[in-house]
Amino acid sequence: MSVKVRIPTPLRRLTAGQGEVQSQGAAVSQVLADLETQFPGMHERLFDEAGQLRRFVNVYLNEEDIRFLQGLDTPVGEGDLISIVPAIAGGA
Amino acid sequence: MSYVRQLKCRECGETFPLEPISICEYCFGPLEVDYDYAAIRSSVTREGIAAGPKTMWRYRDLLPVESEQPVDLGTGFTPLLRADNLGRRLGIDHLYLKNDSVNPTFSFKDRVVSVSVSKALEFGFRTVACASTGNLSASVAAHAAKAGLECYIFIPADLEHSKIVGTAVYGPNLVAVEGNYDEVNRLSSEVADKYGWAFVNINLRPFYSEGSKTLAFETAEQLGWRLPDHVVAPMAGGSVLTKIWKGFRELAAVGLVEPRDTRFSGAQAHGCSPIVTAYKAGAENITPVKPRTIAKSLAIGNPADGYYALRTIRNTGGAAEEVNDAEIVEGIKLLASTEGIFTETAGGVTVAVLTKLAAAGRFRPQETVVAYITGNGLKTVEALEGHLPEVRPIPPTLSSFEGQILKHTA
Ligand SMILES: Cc1ncc(COP(=O)(O)O)c(C=O)c1O
Ligand SMILES: [Zn+2]
Repeated sequence: MSVKVRIPTPLRRLTAGQGEVQSQGAAVSQVLADLETQFPGMHERLFDEAGQLRRFVNVYLNEEDIRFLQGLDTPVGEGDLISIVPAIAGGA
Repeated sequence: MSYVRQLKCRECGETFPLEPISICEYCFGPLEVDYDYAAIRSSVTREGIAAGPKTMWRYRDLLPVESEQPVDLGTGFTPLLRADNLGRRLGIDHLYLKNDSVNPTFSFKDRVVSVSVSKALEFGFRTVACASTGNLSASVAAHAAKAGLECYIFIPADLEHSKIVGTAVYGPNLVAVEGNYDEVNRLSSEVADKYGWAFVNINLRPFYSEGSKTLAFETAEQLGWRLPDHVVAPMAGGSVLTKIWKGFRELAAVGLVEPRDTRFSGAQAHGCSPIVTAYKAGAENITPVKPRTIAKSLAIGNPADGYYALRTIRNTGGAAEEVNDAEIVEGIKLLASTEGIFTETAGGVTVAVLTKLAAAGRFRPQETVVAYITGNGLKTVEALEGHLPEVRPIPPTLSSFEGQILKHTA
């Protein structure tokens, strides 16, 4: 499955400035693992030492926060859009 | 000139230069303003503050603004009122209300916006923007008008009528988005990334959130340079509660007050209570929710500072509590009928939670309790629809006054 991944500003140094990249996988976890293969260093930025998504990283599949879906196990489809969004944004 | 040194990550401690950035590149943690407290301690005095303007800017030494002329509509130094009627009703010995519904745009948001729009000018931005649940929108639009800046405001399309009018009147580009606040916020993050505007609560967030500390500074000064025993504040993103705590700590750190272990309690609406839910479950992380509540100003299902608000409540020994829509309306009416203050739904949440905590015995005898009333009732008149006695006109005669009115009220 090939999906598009939106990269937030703080991670663009790893993607040579690209705000959107292609990645592969059948579930969100695989897509993020493929990102690490393409852009080494990505994993460490997104996950803590315990292997959990960092507290301040939100991941969306299309328009939905994956915590409302099946988390990292959420299946992805061809052409889906995954967005990595810093949690610290917004406050009313 | 200010006492600001740099920005610092709250999670990993990494430091960054003073720029319009809000997120740590290394761990995605929030950046915070770092001050030279030793220098502040050696220069700040109660007398110096008392000689300052009767606005939040009397505390400028503890704010991250360089300019001598901040963008100011006269925000702050709002009344701290003794609430003996309400206190007697609830069984709280020394109850005070910080009435922040009387700010220039009728909510506490003017504090954070006065700081962040001043920073936007300092950084050379020409456009300011925000995502808002309705109070921030009016404040940003008003301050942008005063500062002569372009302005884009993103709001959920279903906001209360007076919040939309009360924003549109200042002439911003008002964008009503079909979605809830969290969706509006996400769109705003993408716009911020792409267009490089000053989003007060996104890329200027470290500066913005500092403005809320002035609620704490004023409370302490108005109590005679003393910290209260217990604070009750509403929570949406969880920022204001956290910053009131930080404000008290700073006052002690620079020697303006004696330190005190003030307990912090947070209030949310039942239809949007992710922080309260985590508190009650003993969880460390917050699970986001889809909001459904009349307290639209507090309808943030994915609170950016929820984690810190939760930690503040737990570490200080306070409580987190939620109330339903009917209790919110009762809270609004109770505050109006006992203390003569008309607050919006967020204040209804605060008063209703105060009531619940008092009934649960959370306040001790002789304690000083301060509740924060953060927004004005005229913004959410819809909430009272059908909850007040109907007013029927009478003919202009003494007999109809006596027959139709006095007969029923005497
Ligand atoms: C009137 C009012 N009170 C309280 C809050 C909560 O503030 P915070 O998002 O900092 O928790 C908001 C907005 O979010 C508000 O509009
Ligand atoms: Zn960090």
